[in-house]
Amino acid sequence: MKQTSETYDLECFDLAKNFGPVRAVKDVSFEIPSGSFFSILGPSGCGKTTLMRMIAGFEDPTAGEIKIKGKSVLGVPPNRRNVKMVFQHLALFPMMNVYENIAYGLRCAGFDKDHINRKVHDVLERIALPDVAEREIHQLSGGQKQRIAIARCMVLDPDVLLLDEPLGALDLKLREAMKIELKLLQHQFNTTFIYITHDQSEALVMSDNVAIMNQGKFEQIGTPQDLYHRPQTAFVASFVGDSNRWSGTVRSGDKTGGKVETDQGLMMSFSTGKGQTIRDGDKVDIFVRPEFIKTVRRTKSKAKTAGTDNQMDGTIDSLLFNGANSRVLVRTESGELVESDVVLTGDNDLKPGEEVSMVWSSRQAMCFSRGEQA
Amino acid sequence: MLSQNKPSPFLFGYRLYVTAFFVFLAAPLISAGAFAFNDSLFPALPWQGFTLDWFFSDTEPKLGMFHDRRLLQGLYYSFVIAIFVASLSVFVGTTNAFLFVRGEFPGKNFFYILMVLPLVIPGVILGISILVLASDTANLLENRYDLELEFLRPGIILVVFGQFSFITTITSLVITARLKKFDSTMEEAAFNLGATRARVLRTITLPFLRPAMIAAGIVAFLVSFENFNTTLFLVGSEAPLTITMYDRMAKVGSTPVLNAVSFFLMVGSGLLALLSILIQRDKTTQ
Amino acid sequence: MQNKDIKRLSLILLFAPFALWILLLIILPHIGMVLLSLREKIAPRVYEYSFANYLDFLNEPIYWNTLLRTGSMSLLVTALALLIGFPIAYYIAKIAGPRARGGLFLLCLIPLWVSDLIRAFGWILLLRETGVISNFLMWTGLTGQPIEFLYNDAAVIVGLVYTVILFMIVPLVSTLDGMDNSMIEAGYNLGGNSFTVLRRIIIPYAMPGIVAGCIVTFMLTAGSYLTPILLGGKNSSWFTEQIYNQFITRFNWEGGAAFGMLLLFFTSLVVWLGLKLSGQTLANTVAKS
Repeated sequence: MKQTSETYDLECFDLAKNFGPVRAVKDVSFEIPSGSFFSILGPSGCGKTTLMRMIAGFEDPTAGEIKIKGKSVLGVPPNRRNVKMVFQHLALFPMMNVYENIAYGLRCAGFDKDHINRKVHDVLERIALPDVAEREIHQLSGGQKQRIAIARCMVLDPDVLLLDEPLGALDLKLREAMKIELKLLQHQFNTTFIYITHDQSEALVMSDNVAIMNQGKFEQIGTPQDLYHRPQTAFVASFVGDSNRWSGTVRSGDKTGGKVETDQGLMMSFSTGKGQTIRDGDKVDIFVRPEFIKTVRRTKSKAKTAGTDNQMDGTIDSLLFNGANSRVLVRTESGELVESDVVLTGDNDLKPGEEVSMVWSSRQAMCFSRGEQA
Repeated sequence: MLSQNKPSPFLFGYRLYVTAFFVFLAAPLISAGAFAFNDSLFPALPWQGFTLDWFFSDTEPKLGMFHDRRLLQGLYYSFVIAIFVASLSVFVGTTNAFLFVRGEFPGKNFFYILMVLPLVIPGVILGISILVLASDTANLLENRYDLELEFLRPGIILVVFGQFSFITTITSLVITARLKKFDSTMEEAAFNLGATRARVLRTITLPFLRPAMIAAGIVAFLVSFENFNTTLFLVGSEAPLTITMYDRMAKVGSTPVLNAVSFFLMVGSGLLALLSILIQRDKTTQ
Repeated sequence: MQNKDIKRLSLILLFAPFALWILLLIILPHIGMVLLSLREKIAPRVYEYSFANYLDFLNEPIYWNTLLRTGSMSLLVTALALLIGFPIAYYIAKIAGPRARGGLFLLCLIPLWVSDLIRAFGWILLLRETGVISNFLMWTGLTGQPIEFLYNDAAVIVGLVYTVILFMIVPLVSTLDGMDNSMIEAGYNLGGNSFTVLRRIIIPYAMPGIVAGCIVTFMLTAGSYLTPILLGGKNSSWFTEQIYNQFITRFNWEGGAAFGMLLLFFTSLVVWLGLKLSGQTLANTVAKS
């Protein structure tokens, strides 16, 4: 198993899949470096499951190329690809116990008994469940089932492990715990994980790289921080994280930023994102994340806060208390609702009905052209 | 009639009705079974005391069922027929289940209705139609080619075919229902782990179907064992038990040895039914 | 691709047993029976196609009277089975506790595992002149001499209802079981009384089960042989008995085949009418149970 640093575990070139007239996946290209945790994040129906099934070999691509460890796998049936998959509902075999489930793939490969026995116990050690070999599947907890499903694949030393929303069926608390555990398992096995999900927090927390998929196409591939702070499309900006959104027309703009008149008639300044060209008269969407909007009680003296070149006045409509993630909904003078994160200390906090000012920096106002002229 | 919570005179009446219904269900079975133990030459009251003669006695007039050659023979033929019918109908039922759950072909709904149809055709008609076709074919072959095909004449094989013709519908429905519940990602998972198609079928799909196949086999066995209407027209000299019992009833009249056979059959079917329930309640259904 | 060929081949392999079964044991025999029923014996070993066997049926009132009697009694048995069985099914599915439910359902099934013959035999022992009920009535002093309950229409109906009621209860329980209890509660909550909830919510919901039960019950009743013969005696006048007589006693296979076709046609007509009137199809009723 020699490999240079340039080799990718998985490469896809212009991959496409049509179901009759429906184009489920459109010309997707990407490559995944060895040993990384890669997520594909997108709303349901965006084609991510089809993409995964093509990689696993359950669907034949209409066009394009898939390479695993540099070798094309087109035409290789699923049972001969060294790509293993953890299914959405895990698909553990209920008629077999834990040992037989994990040994299944090894038996298919024709290993002898001792080898199988050693490998199964070895992998059970590594997932920290050494004593469950003789248990039946229905005796396991949800988290244990997860780990067995992963062990069942990992025991075969796959080149790539695919995970199809395996946390979807778990309750919230367990899901949070499993996120961390999955990340640790990936480090431990040092195998490439491709994780499919519609839950952005799963993707952001665990991944080295995330691809945002929408309507069969990849919108952007990048690190979680990139996607969050430097989205390249309006879809990524609105899909990843929460944001307030205004539509408007550019009144004065240049390469670094400018001013927009929103549809409600307010002037707002922004800075241009990477790779964007915004011209005067463009119809644009502006996104501002709630945590970058600072809400303060309105005072008579209108002192400007340093580094904040946008300001909006309003009245607190309601308070959404959620500990450290608390928020206020502010009704502006033009009648819209704006979300803003606030720190609530339990002492002299903002209350509904209070008059407030909201301020934010133009550097945090992400602007995307809608591709139409006013 | 629907209040469920408070005890009311209505609910009491309802319960009484349900109880009466179960008494109605049990009464003829109890009377058929109980008189097997009455020490009398007639299955009637008054009660003459307990006896096992109608099972084990080897002398006339109280010849017990286990010494009655014709009854034992009938039991044997019934058993042979039921075994054949059960295995054949489970096999075809399984292929039918795969055909209708997995297969995609034109006219599927039409064929599905064809599959269900034998269940609603009166058994008498199934019997005579198969008799007619078999006899016509046999006569034709005999006259034209001087070919004597014994199995087309009334006898055990024709009885097996006759019962198989409608019991297969029952087994197909039972196994189809189970196959529909199968999560096909399980097969994909097995493929993904490197199994071949045949291995997936052998290690994943068939083990999942096994409880339904066994239950369907038991149902087929019991339905075959108790069938009368279809069998009546197809039977040759090797009469199965129900036909033998009917003859006995028509010729000799009711005798307690028939009660003994009834009791024996009730216990046997009861045990088999229990077995099929235990099998269907296995761990994979949870 | 190769994959497609494998799929085709397996489809053909799966279709073969089904086709052999349906063709050889259902379709061809019925075609054979139709042809046989249209054959008239003119002289020994000389036959001609005609409707003579069907005309025989029409010209002999005893034949069509028997068919009509079989049909109407079967409808009566079906209606009785529904009336008696529905409350039982409802009790099992909705009122009994979860543990009692399984037990009661099994109790309902037990007679299913015993042959027609034994069931009829049991009724004979209960109902005849020297039977249990007659003896019981004499013992209580309600009557001075033995009473014969056997060999009349009432006995036949009781026996038939007994034989077929399980086929009514089983589909009813499974449909009612699938009904969400909150639907009934919502019916009350929105101001319905017991009667309207039953009529507007429960019965429409249970309709596929009701129709499935009725079809199977009717077909089984009309096609039954042992119960009417054994409980009704010599003058039970059941149509299957006529078929048997033509075939076995008179060795008139042509006539028997015609009678068989008439029974099949008549019962199918009734089932078809029932499906039309209730707006159900065969596929969503019988096939589901």
